[in-house]
Amino acid sequence: MMRYLMPLAIFIVLAVFLLVGLTLNPRQVPSPLIDKPAPKFQLNQLHESDKIMSSEDNLGKVWMLNVWASWCVACRDEHPLLVQLANSGIIPIYGLNYKDERNTALQWLKRYGDPYAISIVDTDGKVGINYGVYGVPETYVIDKQGIIRHKQIGPVTVDSLEKTILPLIKELQNQA
Amino acid sequence: MIPEIGNFSLILALLLATLQGTLPIIGAARGIPSWIALAKPVVQGQFVFVLIAFFCLAYSFISSDFSVLNVANNSNTELPFHFRLAATWGSHEGSLLLWVLMLASWSVAVSVFSKQLPDDVVARVIGVLGLVSIGFLVFMLFTSNPFDRLLPAATEGSDLNPLLQDFGMVVHPPMLYMGYVGFSVAFAFAIAALLSGKLDATWARWSRPWTIIAWVFLTIGIMLGSWWAYYELGWGGWWFWDPVENASFLPWLVGTALVHSLAVTEKRGSFKSWTVLLAISTFALSLLGTFLVRSGVLTSVHAFATDPARGVFILAFLVIVISCALLLFAWRAPKVGLGGKFDILSRESMLLANNILLLVAAASVLLGTLYPLIIDALGFGKLSVGPPFFEAVFVPIMTPAIFLIGVGPISRWKQMSLPALAIRLRWAFGISVVSALITPFFMGEWKPMVSFGLLLAFWIIVCAFVNVKHRLNNSGEGSLLTKLSKQSRSYYGMHCAHIGVAIFIIGVTLVNSYETEKDVRMEIGSKVTVGGYVFQFNGTSDVVGPNYKAVRGEISVLKDDQFVRKLYPEKRTYNASGMAMTEAAIDTGFFRDLYIALGEPLSNGAWVVRAYHKPFVDWIWFGCILMAMGGITSITDRRYRLKITKKESTAASVVESEKQAEGTPAAVASATTKVELATETTKV
Repeated sequence: MMRYLMPLAIFIVLAVFLLVGLTLNPRQVPSPLIDKPAPKFQLNQLHESDKIMSSEDNLGKVWMLNVWASWCVACRDEHPLLVQLANSGIIPIYGLNYKDERNTALQWLKRYGDPYAISIVDTDGKVGINYGVYGVPETYVIDKQGIIRHKQIGPVTVDSLEKTILPLIKELQNQA
Repeated sequence: MIPEIGNFSLILALLLATLQGTLPIIGAARGIPSWIALAKPVVQGQFVFVLIAFFCLAYSFISSDFSVLNVANNSNTELPFHFRLAATWGSHEGSLLLWVLMLASWSVAVSVFSKQLPDDVVARVIGVLGLVSIGFLVFMLFTSNPFDRLLPAATEGSDLNPLLQDFGMVVHPPMLYMGYVGFSVAFAFAIAALLSGKLDATWARWSRPWTIIAWVFLTIGIMLGSWWAYYELGWGGWWFWDPVENASFLPWLVGTALVHSLAVTEKRGSFKSWTVLLAISTFALSLLGTFLVRSGVLTSVHAFATDPARGVFILAFLVIVISCALLLFAWRAPKVGLGGKFDILSRESMLLANNILLLVAAASVLLGTLYPLIIDALGFGKLSVGPPFFEAVFVPIMTPAIFLIGVGPISRWKQMSLPALAIRLRWAFGISVVSALITPFFMGEWKPMVSFGLLLAFWIIVCAFVNVKHRLNNSGEGSLLTKLSKQSRSYYGMHCAHIGVAIFIIGVTLVNSYETEKDVRMEIGSKVTVGGYVFQFNGTSDVVGPNYKAVRGEISVLKDDQFVRKLYPEKRTYNASGMAMTEAAIDTGFFRDLYIALGEPLSNGAWVVRAYHKPFVDWIWFGCILMAMGGITSITDRRYRLKITKKESTAASVVESEKQAEGTPAAVASATTKVELATETTKV
């Protein structure tokens, strides 16, 4: 009898996850890295692969780090918004091209537009691990002192941009 | 007025469904003939009212009645007639109505084509279908009524999503839903068998053709969806491992396992409780698919009509239906008993291995699909699981399953000897290895993965030939033709479907390894070479469509300085929504597709143009069509058409079974026409 109840048990566990999944819509999850210095990195650039970008190059300005990949469907979702944001010139966006292939990544940018001041290549995902990337896309807001102030898990939405990210950027840019 | 009639019909349908889901089941349990006899008229009545509701909604769309909220949100006066009709099932509400209509159609089909079944079995099956129908009708009436009014009426509708304005939209959802919903019949048969406690080979024989028809529809539905995504989304891909695609693929995988498991139950009486469990799982996954698509719990490119609030209802329904089914299973299955014994080397064990592999594949696809949701539920955040996961996991699991496709049909029931099998297959193995090693050279470049993929495909094909040859040798005297005609249709159907898998693998292997793609800036008059074809950009012109404006590019295709044809990719902007759409231009050929899409406009009339050369890509869909044709062939087998209950010899039962003999081919014929329709459209 017990073993015939196994399918039911598995199904109930699945259903519980589905139920919790329904109630948990907010995409914001606090990260342990918030208010900690952003992990340092030195990575090759995507467009000019012989050049290197270092995280310290950005000290003194507020910037965004967006983790993306050409294989990521959700990235397509947020991409037009990032392009718009980059065009507005409010904040420079840097792209961390995560576990991707160079050529497909370049083609992807050509196809959907390139919002990134510089894209850097994290082929083996090591920098991603330091940043605690769960999945793609993720976006970090980093202040002038190089401290992570915000982490957006999942696509950036109009709502999250207007309510959280833009006011935060304004506040950070006004700080000394 | 018309929408009110539709609304009222839905309410009447719900009342009838309530009768249908209760009285016949109780009647069958208590042996009350008049209650059992209620099943057929009630289900037919329910069907009529759902059909009326569907026509009312279709009429509202066709006549552009924007006082109906659903119409105002999903249609527009500029929308051409056939898309206004297709918009009927383009919205969430409409697609639910289509779902209920399909369910009612399947239920009526059961009531009409099951004259040789005992009345109490039919009553139980129809009763279970009625219970499922209640759930969907209540869902529709209380959370997503397609006839909700918008007062005052809108002067103009906000248009159907441009992605859906395509011929694919007219055919893909109905086919897919026919498949999804069709598995409810297999489910109903399984539950009816559990209720009555009669789980035997006869039960398997009854539910087998229904399961196969549902499987055929699902196969075609998925194929159409894949082909539609290929030409409509403008990315040139044919499968994206998107949650919604996976949602349709999961019931397909488990349904395929079910089809095979039913064969064992019918022929050997084994795997009974396993088969029942598969029937429940397949339907559970169909419902889960509905939940994932309709609730928006996962990020998907398909999120056309989602609403988390509705998710709660579907989830509750899913939990009630499947928990009850699994409880019933846990209660009854221990008493089912084992069927015929079999050796570790036998066709049974091969089919069992095939079942397990298909289930493991389904489980890993399910895990990959739900992983983002599970991680979120555990509070670890949101993420996206991409194709790398699915490809890394799916291919190794399916490889042994494909090896078994070759071996399974050759091996014997009950037991067989390994040496005999090896001797019979050594030539098959040799031939497929050698040809798999050589063939890639003809494609221009030898690659190990290509050889591997082709090996699997050739193995299936060669084994099928060895099997047929062996079978003919053992078919007694006569010419080749008489021997060939002696074999049953289900035997040919099986090989047809298996060869379909081989053709599919060939398509996937070759297009993945040899496709070439260029993304280039093209000035007027400039040329680009892709896959041996020269594409010359002749500039663009403006075109006005019925409800959109478009920029149409003209591209001449040349091969070896010979003009092949002109292609006209478009970039459309839809008037009502302002959405931009890429319409790729495709030159379809037996050995390759040429695929052109316009990217972004640049200065001086130049454009970013994407050109692809995709060798053998159409074989992917052709393989699916073969699989579906195999399914159709096998259900036209004599044993499903002939009188099954031999014990009864009254004149009445003979008449009944003759009616049945006429009935089933008609249903099959209509399915065949639909397949042909699908075949034709792939050639467009």
